[in-house]
Amino acid sequence: MKSSSVRLGVDIGGTFTDVVLESDGASFSTKVLTTYSAPENAIIEGMHQVCEKADVAPSAIGQIIHGTTLATNALIERRGAKTALITTQGFRDVIEMRTESRFEQYDLNLELPEPLLPRQMRFTVEERVNAKGDVMIPLERSDVERVVERIAEAGFNSVAVGLIHSYLNPSHEELVRDVLAEKLPEVAVSISSEVSPQMREYERFNTVVANAYIKPLMASYLGRLEDRLKGEGVDCRIFLMHSGGGIISIQNAAEFPVRLVESGPAGGAVFAAHIAARYGIDKVLSFDMGGTTAKICLIKDQTPKTARVFEVARTYRFKKGSGMPISIPVIDMVEIGAGGGSLAHVDALRQIRVGPESAGSEPGPACYGRGGERPGVTDADLVLGKLDPENFAGGTIPLHPESAKSALKDHVGIPLEMDASEAAFGVSEVVDENMANAARVHAVENGEDLSEYTMIAFGGAAPLHAGRLCEKLGVERLIVPPGAGVGSAIGFLRAPFSFEANRSVYMKLSDFDAGAIKKILSELQNEATGFVRSCDAESDVLSEFKVYMRYTGQGWEIPIRLTEIQAMSPDADTFLARFEEDYAKLFGRTVAGMDVEITVWSVNATTPPETVAPVQIAAHAEPASAEGVRQVFDPVSTKFLDAQVISRDALSPGRSVKGPAVITENETTIIVPAGRTALCQPDGCIDILKGD
Amino acid sequence: MAKTSNVAFQVMWNRLISVVEEQAQALVRTAFSTSVREAGDLSAGVYDPRGRMLAQAVTGTPGHVNAMADAVAHFIRRIGRQNMFEGDVYITNDPWEGTGHLHDITMVTPSFFNGTLIGFFACTAHIVDIGGRGFGADAHSVYEEGLYIPIMKFAERGEVDETLTRIIRGNVREPDQLIGDVYALATCNEIGHRRLTDMMKEFGLTDLDGVAEFILENSRRATIERINALPRKEATGEMTVDGFDVPITLKVKVSVLEDRIVTDFSGTSPVDKKGINCPMVYTKAYACYALKVAIAPEIPNNAASLAPFEVTAPANTIVNAQHPAPVALRHIIGHFVPDAVFDAFDKIVPDVVPAEGAGCLCNFQVSLRPRTDAPAPEDARRSEVLMFNSGGSGARPQHDGLNATAFPSGVMTMPIEATEHAGPVIIWRKELRPDSGGAGRMRGGLGQYMEVSAMDGHEFDIQAMFDRSQHPARGRRGGHAGGKTTIARDDGSEMQAKGKQFVPHGRKVVMAFPGGAGYGDPKMRDPDNVKRDLARGYISADHAAEYYGLSQSEIADVEDAVRRGEPV
Repeated sequence: MKSSSVRLGVDIGGTFTDVVLESDGASFSTKVLTTYSAPENAIIEGMHQVCEKADVAPSAIGQIIHGTTLATNALIERRGAKTALITTQGFRDVIEMRTESRFEQYDLNLELPEPLLPRQMRFTVEERVNAKGDVMIPLERSDVERVVERIAEAGFNSVAVGLIHSYLNPSHEELVRDVLAEKLPEVAVSISSEVSPQMREYERFNTVVANAYIKPLMASYLGRLEDRLKGEGVDCRIFLMHSGGGIISIQNAAEFPVRLVESGPAGGAVFAAHIAARYGIDKVLSFDMGGTTAKICLIKDQTPKTARVFEVARTYRFKKGSGMPISIPVIDMVEIGAGGGSLAHVDALRQIRVGPESAGSEPGPACYGRGGERPGVTDADLVLGKLDPENFAGGTIPLHPESAKSALKDHVGIPLEMDASEAAFGVSEVVDENMANAARVHAVENGEDLSEYTMIAFGGAAPLHAGRLCEKLGVERLIVPPGAGVGSAIGFLRAPFSFEANRSVYMKLSDFDAGAIKKILSELQNEATGFVRSCDAESDVLSEFKVYMRYTGQGWEIPIRLTEIQAMSPDADTFLARFEEDYAKLFGRTVAGMDVEITVWSVNATTPPETVAPVQIAAHAEPASAEGVRQVFDPVSTKFLDAQVISRDALSPGRSVKGPAVITENETTIIVPAGRTALCQPDGCIDILKGD
Repeated sequence: MAKTSNVAFQVMWNRLISVVEEQAQALVRTAFSTSVREAGDLSAGVYDPRGRMLAQAVTGTPGHVNAMADAVAHFIRRIGRQNMFEGDVYITNDPWEGTGHLHDITMVTPSFFNGTLIGFFACTAHIVDIGGRGFGADAHSVYEEGLYIPIMKFAERGEVDETLTRIIRGNVREPDQLIGDVYALATCNEIGHRRLTDMMKEFGLTDLDGVAEFILENSRRATIERINALPRKEATGEMTVDGFDVPITLKVKVSVLEDRIVTDFSGTSPVDKKGINCPMVYTKAYACYALKVAIAPEIPNNAASLAPFEVTAPANTIVNAQHPAPVALRHIIGHFVPDAVFDAFDKIVPDVVPAEGAGCLCNFQVSLRPRTDAPAPEDARRSEVLMFNSGGSGARPQHDGLNATAFPSGVMTMPIEATEHAGPVIIWRKELRPDSGGAGRMRGGLGQYMEVSAMDGHEFDIQAMFDRSQHPARGRRGGHAGGKTTIARDDGSEMQAKGKQFVPHGRKVVMAFPGGAGYGDPKMRDPDNVKRDLARGYISADHAAEYYGLSQSEIADVEDAVRRGEPV
């Protein structure tokens, strides 16, 4: 897939824009502040910095892979286009009525998030398709024209079209699109049967509305970016990372910008998957902890787990149901409000609570000495000896232990009759427990046993907490890769070209129709392959087939992977056997006597994964000599212990250090708990294992 | 460090709550009943060996809160501790010792660690069919409502009682689904047990005594602090709803005492002939929910945090129905209990609780079959489809009511595209109902319109379970009532809000579900919010003029702005 040896990975995050340049196997990275008003400026600046470091001209760059939170932020901050929805008569309020439930049972003053489009921006046409895909009420062109006139008068810039059962029969949505294209050619149009052809009207309508809402903004940004880069002499193709962990062309990204949501975290998961491949590890838990949130993802067989629906813009303590559902292929992650800046308090039950409220970078936790008075996780880390006040962020931010202590004492210690150290221990334990619980629940939902997993930790705060998390989860091995601070941008450079096409069509195994199945899967394969071909005309394209199955009567489908042979020469017995195998694995037993049905069909087309050179595991050389000793709290014995301190640079491949130990570097600090040993591998990863 | 145990207990409490949430998730994912998997009508909890509930998952239904808390004690008493062995699983659907009707199956699993009984896991799920007359209010006694399973062993030492499963299979309409659900419940307890075992090992525990005391003591203290902060007063409330054939009046007296709140239902209507009667457990659950959400919302449910809320009612009132009264639709009365309790509580602590809302869920079941008035097409079939829908919630002192959102129940509706796959039914309309939110300084939540028919070639019966057709939600402090329930056929013929009714081929049922009531004088409403509501079509121009005094020129300005696509 490489069109040139010089490649640039760019990740626009909320605070920093990370830029990584790879040239002939060498890697150069930088972080520059994100420039909100014109995000392309930060990219250009970062690009010049890394080009200088690598001593290459921008014109030598052969390929740019880009991921961004701009789409997500536009949805969260409601900064999208003036958008209208056209929907089926009788269903004007689907995106507002949601599931008709409250995501928090015990709050009398609960406020539901406003839909992206208020009611006056939602229009209806008279038409109806039934659950078989048959037209019951034909859509009259004159009715569409009536609505289009109103849209013209109100001056909308973008229109979403979402009609009932359109995933089975898109003809009415296509008619609306054609009339709009004819009458209002300058207006952007998104139709739900293209953006997200899946059953369940709330998710599908919301997804097409989100796509329409950010389409003009993203199209304009991507256009500007192309121009700016050309102006700088960069004439290569630009590709975009999508939420499913692959890359698509800039044209497809502009057409389906909703697929860019969560591209940054997806890059992180790809980064972890690549390390898993280098080490030949089949079961990996990736753990990314920053200032505000922690993200956890399961990676099996070096492939991040994916899902079909996720939620963005949660408005209420990251609570499920408080955001908006987006049904597109996405890397499946749990995100919780736990980061270095998460604030702690004691509630009415005298329980320590941590997060999701965060101190952010301004004023930051108390130890930053910038006016923050409430204790954060970083304060606890400092008091427990995990951080060196002189050497935080490479010494650029001096930390104030006394401020951390008094904040912990005032807000946690006094109410619970604890001293500052105990309070710090409590805060640290609670945040670690919150993350461990999220990981456990995620594992159970996927039928996985975490004790068989290896953790790969990255992000500024992760290496401080990963060791304890492993103890809580019974995980034996922890790997902390180098370059963890720009993990997502590195991940972009490892991602294949890929596109997943989905379709909802019901079929019971008792009505198994091999011909129809072959047809559905071939069409999906052609569609998905077409997207990949538009990025790469030569490479092999592999197809991954998945069907979502359940017992008739159940509401949750489980994804069943099929081989190409199983998919292209389908037979009912094989499908049933594959389903029962996976079902039993997830839920312990199969259910006798029930029919089984398929609800969703999916084909992911992808270029082959980059061949990975396996790491030659380092032989243990003699232990590295410590540069010093400091007291670090050990949560198991609940005592401060003497821990060796060593800088990461001093830890050459093959050298090891026994816990308790602290490995320091500019971007973060790695805590090696007592009873574990860290070994530096040839690729620079710190490999921490239980025992000596 | 003596206090380290405190940190460990904090972690363990967190863990137990996570364990029961996980237990509930497993049930949602494996259950067959739509009520569980789509609507979240289930519950799961962990108990100490004395049967005291330590943690409970927050799920779609507060109706299981206290009922679950009490159930395990009944199991201990009926089974006898000496008869409990590793690998046992117990079962019941007793409305009085479980959660209020035969359609809820409760299963309890003793948890053994190193051969010692250390606690119990319990879970409950609403199943779609239990035989008898089917889910409806038509039975004259509980004997007609379906199969009754007394508290007994489903499995002993890992061995499932096959006689019991054969009896169950022989008595219900969808035996595979029901047995599937029973196994799902057992699995859900098993998951809890495994996670508890891990926790015991991690913390080196041999029993739950220490953590149980920590949880219960902190919860008791926090709850009593909240009660002590209330004025030591008593007040009465009263509310009348449609009932089935005769109106039902709920009377309630709430008394704040030193260390508890007593809620008494003396004077409430007697049991009804129809199956809308409520066993005491279910009444208790909703009365307790109403008070907890008002004064101690963030304190988790457990034996100690629930104990200070005492609920009493004379026997044979509709809220304390005795065996063998019919109770299948006990949710209809149960869902109104919070509004009745709020009516009293508002007189003790003003400006906390909302105005009345739609109350009970607007559920209906359609029984579809090939048309009988003319030859039916070959692919016509029989099918049962149950739908959960919500009216508007009552306006709050500082917020409008929620549009088409369940309260006090927390269950979810089903996507109409999924419903139409479940049977030959067509939903023609499901959208907000303008002008149904009671006017007020804060507006009531809007109800919704629904229109339903069968697919071509079918006819159907609709089992309606609606209320508030005669008695709309009442406003508070000058707020106006919400819109009433209406139901009719599209040819104009009248229909009843409750009961099974025939709908011939080609006809639709047109329904309007109730809105929540308003809070405060509508004239005090912020004019910007009135204009916003008008722009969105939550209210009509006439309604804006009549209730909020918006002038004709203001109305014209709003309408112009909407036409030009300008923000309002």
